[in-house]
Amino acid sequence: MKTGHQQLDGQGNLKHFLTIEGLSRALLVEILDRAEGFLGVTQQAVKKVPLCRGKVVANLFFETSTRTRTTFELAAKRLSADVLNLNISTSATAKGETLLDTLRNLEAMQVDMFVVRHASSGAAHFIAAHAAPHVSVINAGDGRYSHPTQGMLDMFTIRRHKGDFAKLRVAIVGDILHSRVARSQILALNTLGAAEVRVIGPRTLIPAFAEEALGVRVFHELREGIRDVDVIIMLRLQRERMTNALLPSEHEYFQLYGLTEERLGVAHPEAIVMHPGPINRGVEIESQVADGPRSVILEQVTNGIAIRMAVMSMCIGTQNIAMQADGKTDGEPNG
Amino acid sequence: MINSEIWKDSAEIDGIIGRMADELRSLIAERAIQAPLMIGIHTGGVWVADRLHEVLELTEPLGHLDISFYRDDFTRIGMHPQVRPSYLPVGIDDRHLILVDDVLQSGRTIRAALNVLFDYGRPASVILVTLSERDGRELPIEPNVVGLHAKLEPGEQIKLSGPHPLVLLRGQSAKTSSAKTDKTSAAPPAASAKDEARR
Repeated sequence: MKTGHQQLDGQGNLKHFLTIEGLSRALLVEILDRAEGFLGVTQQAVKKVPLCRGKVVANLFFETSTRTRTTFELAAKRLSADVLNLNISTSATAKGETLLDTLRNLEAMQVDMFVVRHASSGAAHFIAAHAAPHVSVINAGDGRYSHPTQGMLDMFTIRRHKGDFAKLRVAIVGDILHSRVARSQILALNTLGAAEVRVIGPRTLIPAFAEEALGVRVFHELREGIRDVDVIIMLRLQRERMTNALLPSEHEYFQLYGLTEERLGVAHPEAIVMHPGPINRGVEIESQVADGPRSVILEQVTNGIAIRMAVMSMCIGTQNIAMQADGKTDGEPNG
Repeated sequence: MINSEIWKDSAEIDGIIGRMADELRSLIAERAIQAPLMIGIHTGGVWVADRLHEVLELTEPLGHLDISFYRDDFTRIGMHPQVRPSYLPVGIDDRHLILVDDVLQSGRTIRAALNVLFDYGRPASVILVTLSERDGRELPIEPNVVGLHAKLEPGEQIKLSGPHPLVLLRGQSAKTSSAKTDKTSAAPPAASAKDEARR
């Protein structure tokens, strides 16, 4: 699977956003910096900027997701783009049309960007490889592989609270094995130079050779793993894992890995608590912690819109530069 | 900008800003404006606004605008690399604003700044102040208070360097048309009859 190079144009600008893998630290910092600017848009009476006016964004969600789709939709609308939400399960592909035929039809409608969520790993790369040259693709989560905007909004939230990554100890708790969110977070934390990344969970939910493959420290006991950390990221427990006998029960999972106020006491006194949502209260985290002063879970949702605006505007900007290079527009400077 | 030289040094800039402050004070009094809100446009406009704000001893905190999200050439050439959040210390509805920039050329930056402001609210009035204006206007925008009028040769540009010291540079523009191009770097059109310095 191609990584960084497929996402960048010849000048190193972001054309697609498919995975954090292969992207430079400078580019990740640029995404974070741009998102800072977009946070201010919510302070305006008119919560829109005209950057992507005239552009069309299609949300292609082959897998259901209310929160992610909504934040992508809101991000596109705040950039003044037109948005198409396609419910793929009831659309043409369900009637037998191939995915590529669906893409071609959307391209014929002058769509400029596909936001793709799919249950299969690599789906966003596949679509990017077959999309027309003027179309950008953003991965909104594919299989176990990648959820790069979630990873970046988590980095954005961490940076706003903690600043320098070089001094941070970050713990990620839960189902590391199946989590595209955890994979994106780990890649981003390593690229941004976090001092230490720990993963914590039962042996059945931690990938083999995680320390070597992911560059993390592995813990199987929660209290030991979160001791002195600055950031605790709780992952959502997929309930279907219970039926696959990877876990004995939700109750037992909470007894061993649920984050409680009492257990939080061993972390750094100013540690923040994160969760990508939706929360299973009483399974990964108790309500007292989820709603408590250290929780930044709702900030993550707000920050997700700013990050998605940053990524979308960068990709559209790269398209514009390509069009200019093709001689389709001129480049008179402003003044 | 390449091959640039100091055109107005910091002492000259201080004198120009002092005269601009006098003119602005008179204009505020003439219009009977109470508690105006001064707003600088990133980056040079903020430097000039900071000096004027201090000289005029304005009571409201200084605001600043980044117009990058409102540039009318984003659809052509992409986004500026450096974008800073705009900051308006108070609501602008029904307030009298003083908008400050460093160099006025085409008028497109001011047009974008006005668009930003109207997305924050509906001001009672806007006074436009620029340290310098030069030929090359493309939109019908003129400042209320201006420090210098510059007549440049083809290929020349002026640029404010700062914030400490504030110096106006003058020189040949680099041949570039990317999004990173300085906003004063366009080759000017045919020379106008305007004199270089009004005072």
